[in-house]
Amino acid sequence: MNEKKLHKFQSPLSRRRFVTGALAGGALYGLSPLGAMASPSVRKGLQPQVLRGKRFDLDIGFQPVNFTGRERIATVVNGSVPAPVLRWREGERVTLRVTNHLAHDSSIHWHGIILPTNMDGVPGLSFDGIKPGETYEYQFDVNQSGTYWYHSHSGFQEQTGMYGAIVIDPKEPDPVSYDRDYVVVLSDWSDEAPEDIYAKLKKLSHYYNFRERTATDLWQDIREKGVAQTWNERAMWNQMRMSERDISDVTGYTYTFLMNGMTPEDGWLGLFKRGEKVRLRFINSAAMTIFDVRIPGLKMTVVAADGQNIDPVTVDEFRIGVAETYDVIVEPSDDSAYTIFAQSIDRSGYTRGTLAPDASWTAEVPAMDYAPILGHRDMGMGVDHSMHGMSGMSGGTQGMSQHDMGQMSGMDHSQHGGMQVVDQSPHQGHMKPLGKAGFGSTNEIMHAPTEFGPQVDMRADSPQSGLNDPGIGLRDHERAYGRRVLTYCDICNYNPTADPREPSREIELHLTGNMSRYMWSMNGIKFADADPIELKFGERVRISLVNDTMMTHPIHLHGMWSELETGDPRYIARKHTILVQPGSKISYLVTADAYGRWAYHCHLLYHMPGMFREVRVS
Amino acid sequence: MTGAEQPFWLGNTRKYVLLHCLSVLALAGIGQAHGASKDDPVLTMAKLDQFEVRDADGSDPLIMEGQAWIGQDLNKLWLKAELEYADSETEEAELQALYSKAIAPFWDVQMGLRKDFQPTPSRSWAVLGVQGLAPYLFEVDTALFVGESGRTALRLEAEYEILFTQRLILSPEIEVNFYGQNDEATGTGSGLSDAEVGLRLRYEIRREIAPYIGVNWFKKFGNTADFSRSEGAKVSDTQIVLGVRAWF
Repeated sequence: MNEKKLHKFQSPLSRRRFVTGALAGGALYGLSPLGAMASPSVRKGLQPQVLRGKRFDLDIGFQPVNFTGRERIATVVNGSVPAPVLRWREGERVTLRVTNHLAHDSSIHWHGIILPTNMDGVPGLSFDGIKPGETYEYQFDVNQSGTYWYHSHSGFQEQTGMYGAIVIDPKEPDPVSYDRDYVVVLSDWSDEAPEDIYAKLKKLSHYYNFRERTATDLWQDIREKGVAQTWNERAMWNQMRMSERDISDVTGYTYTFLMNGMTPEDGWLGLFKRGEKVRLRFINSAAMTIFDVRIPGLKMTVVAADGQNIDPVTVDEFRIGVAETYDVIVEPSDDSAYTIFAQSIDRSGYTRGTLAPDASWTAEVPAMDYAPILGHRDMGMGVDHSMHGMSGMSGGTQGMSQHDMGQMSGMDHSQHGGMQVVDQSPHQGHMKPLGKAGFGSTNEIMHAPTEFGPQVDMRADSPQSGLNDPGIGLRDHERAYGRRVLTYCDICNYNPTADPREPSREIELHLTGNMSRYMWSMNGIKFADADPIELKFGERVRISLVNDTMMTHPIHLHGMWSELETGDPRYIARKHTILVQPGSKISYLVTADAYGRWAYHCHLLYHMPGMFREVRVS
Repeated sequence: MTGAEQPFWLGNTRKYVLLHCLSVLALAGIGQAHGASKDDPVLTMAKLDQFEVRDADGSDPLIMEGQAWIGQDLNKLWLKAELEYADSETEEAELQALYSKAIAPFWDVQMGLRKDFQPTPSRSWAVLGVQGLAPYLFEVDTALFVGESGRTALRLEAEYEILFTQRLILSPEIEVNFYGQNDEATGTGSGLSDAEVGLRLRYEIRREIAPYIGVNWFKKFGNTADFSRSEGAKVSDTQIVLGVRAWF
């Protein structure tokens, strides 16, 4: 038999599996065998598979994939990366039978969905996880609508492909009108095993950073500013032993960034007709990558954040943190192709897709913007102080400053396991009242004693609010490029605040870590050593987060809404994941209306094991 | 082979080293409050800081300086080894087994044992040291050694990195040794004994593998210099070096 005949008898399935990224990318979604052989233009019309209805059977398993030319094994749901889109209807009861075909425990967490605690999918808090070979039946009523997502909450399985979109159609008419919608799932893929990535970060925390300052940078500084000024400017970084170029822990050096499971070379395609309103449901399901999204030539009207409708705001660019979702409406007014461009926050890579009226058209892919460099504001030194050496900032080797000691004697507060809790109950007498709902915390920032030790390398002394900060690398985009960038203070709930009460108490939590040892914690205490945060069922509290690190952390509370205080108490935005800017603070209100043990953590996957708390509502 | 030239891995020495390692591990066990948690797995790392050939008059010595550790974020068992091999002989061989405990964001305190196998007669020491990253990004490793018969020693090492590119890195380093007493048998003199300054330029093919070229200068002082002269060995030299730096 000659070679050609042999080839014909190979099963289409095996041929599909070994197709390289250069041709047809990744794991293909429930396609007919013909799909693997189709011409590139037809293949680019691929959309993630959509599952509709009330009953779902989901299978977690291994799947060979190929995004880089090298075959790797991904952990997937129903054979695809990303997993199928689950399309639910508000008001219905959904049943999802999830079977685990992996060799180790797994789980699925429905991110942003309000449901009973035993359906939340967090091993150790919601349930014991799904053992290999077992099936777990999730069942809950869907009482919300919008764009959400789902992913594994076991190990580092989310990094190896276990994530997918959830779209819930509202039972009332949708206030957002659109002619067609697309899910745009952004993610990061590495050919390395995630445990290897974690070990490398522990051994050499700047392993993946190839943008450090070099002798050339120093020489340029000296030529422009002279030796004395350069010395003064560098002094702070040298004394802190930190890098101003440390933006992302894991970068494009190992990551290939994906849009709907397709590499930038392949380029995902969404078709439209001229004049149509297209709703793009952006979901950041990456493990470690914050993306900055724009569509050159198209303005985007943001209509929902984290699945919740907001007052529409039109922007040119927005930052989407890990686990956040943003729904935008675009209205292409002519027959052109547009590039949906999502660049990583550190500019070490990007992913892109095409919006076009014709499948064979593509648009120019823009160059990435400049790589951001951290500054004083990001160290938590407040707004640009002049160079006074170490003043105003606590480096790793200093003990508690006099400033801190003064605060402690003046305040009547309780310290729960190092956590600053300010109680507003009546018997506490001469307390400064809590900031009004919608306007944020007015309390002095306090660093708990547990924040001092080998596990914490810096503390922010004058953190500023992160609300009107578009974020590092975006602050000058309006001035330099004329691009309006979304900020949190642009986000106003479309619906009135559900719970109009003032918070009865305030919980201050510090995001802490030691970058060079790659240790992450809250208040200097890692999850394994921490007491749960206890909330009383029904109470309204304010959580105030202070970022004592120079990284942007997306903080996610399970089970309850995080109501972000952006200045209008009548329309407080409901989110499930909140980006806390470097060296900054932010606050939100929570109504503890869900009994149970809930996870609360940074959603950067390799920070999660340490920067994590249980929130217990009883 | 005569006793003086026996390779160091023979004889009682093996038992001795094992005993030292076990006692250090026990110390490490006491220091740990809990087992490995998900954020803090037990990891191992082995690093060859220097693995090079030096261009000297006569035979070119082969030098190996390495470190390895096993442990978690704040507690590790740390081994350090130095080896100099020339003329088909191990000229110098030193091994330290230490318990390394994080005491500050950038510093570990280290305590344990050091054994100098060559030159003979072998010497044993208790070690108390500090290793870490000083302000202005100097890698520092310094230790006080207390040996038998009231011997004491102090070692200071510092290293700096200058990036020419993301992968081309120049590393100046210095090591200085002081001894409390003369030790004629091993040829070390009291006071400032020796200093070594190196300049190595490495290219990181990967983070883990970097060939390098450099220059190494050493000088012996005081009584150590006298001992060297009486043996006909050099008191100072500048050598071109060629090697590879690796870790995993």
